[in-house]
Amino acid sequence: MTWVNLVIQGILLGGLYALFASGLSLIFGVMRLVNLAHGDLSNVAAFLALLVVDGLGWNPFLSLVIVLPVMFGIGYLLQRYVLNRTLERGPMPPLLVTFGLAVVIQNLLLEAFSADSQGLDAGHIEDTAITISSRLAVGWLPLLTMGVAVAVIGGLQLFLARTQWGRGFRATSDNQRAAQLVGINNKRLYGFAMALALVTAGIAGVFIGIRTTFTPDAGSLRLIFAYEAVIIGGLGSLWGTLAGGIVLGVAQTLGSRVDPGFGVLAGHLVFLAILALRPQGLFAKQVDE
Amino acid sequence: MSLLEVKGVNAHYGPFQALFQMDLKVEEGGTIAVIGANGAGKSTLLKVISGVMPCSAGEVLFDGAAVHGLPGHERVARGISLVPEGRRIFPSLSVHENLLVGGWVKRPGPWSPDKVYELFPLLVKRREQRAGTLSGGEQQALAIGRGLMSNPRLLLLDEASLGLAPIVVRSLYKAMPTIVQEGTTLLVVEQDIGQAVSVADRVYCLLEGRVVLSGSPAELTREQISAAYFGVRRR
Repeated sequence: MTWVNLVIQGILLGGLYALFASGLSLIFGVMRLVNLAHGDLSNVAAFLALLVVDGLGWNPFLSLVIVLPVMFGIGYLLQRYVLNRTLERGPMPPLLVTFGLAVVIQNLLLEAFSADSQGLDAGHIEDTAITISSRLAVGWLPLLTMGVAVAVIGGLQLFLARTQWGRGFRATSDNQRAAQLVGINNKRLYGFAMALALVTAGIAGVFIGIRTTFTPDAGSLRLIFAYEAVIIGGLGSLWGTLAGGIVLGVAQTLGSRVDPGFGVLAGHLVFLAILALRPQGLFAKQVDE
Repeated sequence: MSLLEVKGVNAHYGPFQALFQMDLKVEEGGTIAVIGANGAGKSTLLKVISGVMPCSAGEVLFDGAAVHGLPGHERVARGISLVPEGRRIFPSLSVHENLLVGGWVKRPGPWSPDKVYELFPLLVKRREQRAGTLSGGEQQALAIGRGLMSNPRLLLLDEASLGLAPIVVRSLYKAMPTIVQEGTTLLVVEQDIGQAVSVADRVYCLLEGRVVLSGSPAELTREQISAAYFGVRRR
C-alpha cells in the first residue's frame, strides 16, 4: 500500500511539474526559444502573490486574479521589447539574454524580499485529504493542482487545435516566413505566446508557493525539472509534457522513499536514461519536411 | 492610377545587385507575365513587391500609396499576396487549416474555403489531410488557394509550374481566368515562356535585373521575346 501511495503522490507531483513545463513547451514549439528565466519568472508570480496576500489579506488562490494579468503583461512586453530582438540570430543570443535575465530576477527578488523562505497560506485545503483507506490518503491540494494542470494543458491544446490564433501559432511554428506571407505579424504573435506561457508559469508558481516554501533563488532548480519534463515527454507535445512531468514526479517520490536525499537524483537518472534510450522523448511530435 | 507601380527599384543580396532601376506598371484587372531566364531577377522583383525583401533604392506604389517601407504582413492586409516559389505551405496543418490561416487578415472579398475547393476540386478529398503529405501539384494548388484567402487585389505567383508535370501545370493555369474574373489582378513569374504568355495581357521580359522588353503578347514576336530572354542582340 505504501508503494501505491507513493506512486499516487508522484503522479500528483508530476501534475505540478507539467503545469510548470507547459509554458516552456509552448514557447519552444512556437518560436524555438529556450527560456532560461522561465523558473525565475514563475517565482516572480509567487512573490507577487505574496505581496497581494500580505497587502490585501486575500487567499493565495484569489490573488491569481491580479497575478495572472500582471504575468500576461510581463510576458508580452518582455517578448516584444527584449526577446524578439534576440531571435533570428541563431540559438545563442536568446540563451545568453534569458540566462542574464534569470540572474537579474534572482537578485532583484533577493534585494526586495531578503533570502528568507516565504510561504503562501491557503488555509484549510493544505492539510485536508480524501482518505481512501487507513493507509492511503490523497491530499486535496495535490489533487486540485493535478486538475488545474490537466485543465490548463487541455485548454492550451484546444486553443491550438481549434482557434484561428491557435492555427496561427502552429503555422508560425511550421514556417515563420510563410506565416508572414499570410499576414501574420510574427513579433506580435510571439508576444502573445510568451504572455500565455507566463500565465501558466504564474499559476504553477503560486501553486508551488502554496505547496511548499520558496526563496528568491528557487527558480533555477524548477527550470531543470521543467526541462526534464519537456524532454522526457518529447518536444512540441503538450500531453507528452504532462506524461513527462508524471514520470519525473513518480521517479522523485520513489527515489525519496529509498533515501530522502535520493529523490532529485532519481529524477535526473530517469531523465538521463530516457535521453540515452529514446532521445526524441516518449511522445515526440513527428517532424516532416 | 495604376494598381502597382515599381519605380527605379534597386535590390541587393549583400554586394550582389539583383535589380537595376526596375520600372514596371500593373493596371488593375487582367494578367501580367514577367518572364526571364534563371537569375534575371524575377523572384527578387516579387520579393520586393511583397515585402519579403527590402529594396535599396526606388519606390513601390500600391494603389497610389508607397508601400516599400511596410513589413510584409501589412502589405497582405493592403491586398498584396505572394504565392512563393517552392509553395511553402504549412506542412503540419491540414489542407483546410492552411486555407483558414490564409484568411488571417480578414480582408473582405469573394474567397472562402468552399470557393477554393470549387476552383481546385483536387483539394476536396484532401481537406483533412496534413498538407505536408500532398503531391507537388496539390501543394501548389493549396498555396494558390491560401494566397487567395486574403482576397488580394494583386496576387503574385512565383514559378507556379516549377517541378510539375505539364498536365498539372495546365490544370493550374486553367484556374487563372476565374481568379481574374473574381477581381484579383495576377502577376505571374515564369521561366516557361509559352505558359505565361498564353494567359497574359501584358508581358515583361527581364534580363540581368533590367526590363529589356515589354508589350502585349499580340505585339511581340517570338523572335523578339527569345532575343530578350537570352540577351541576344539583333543586328
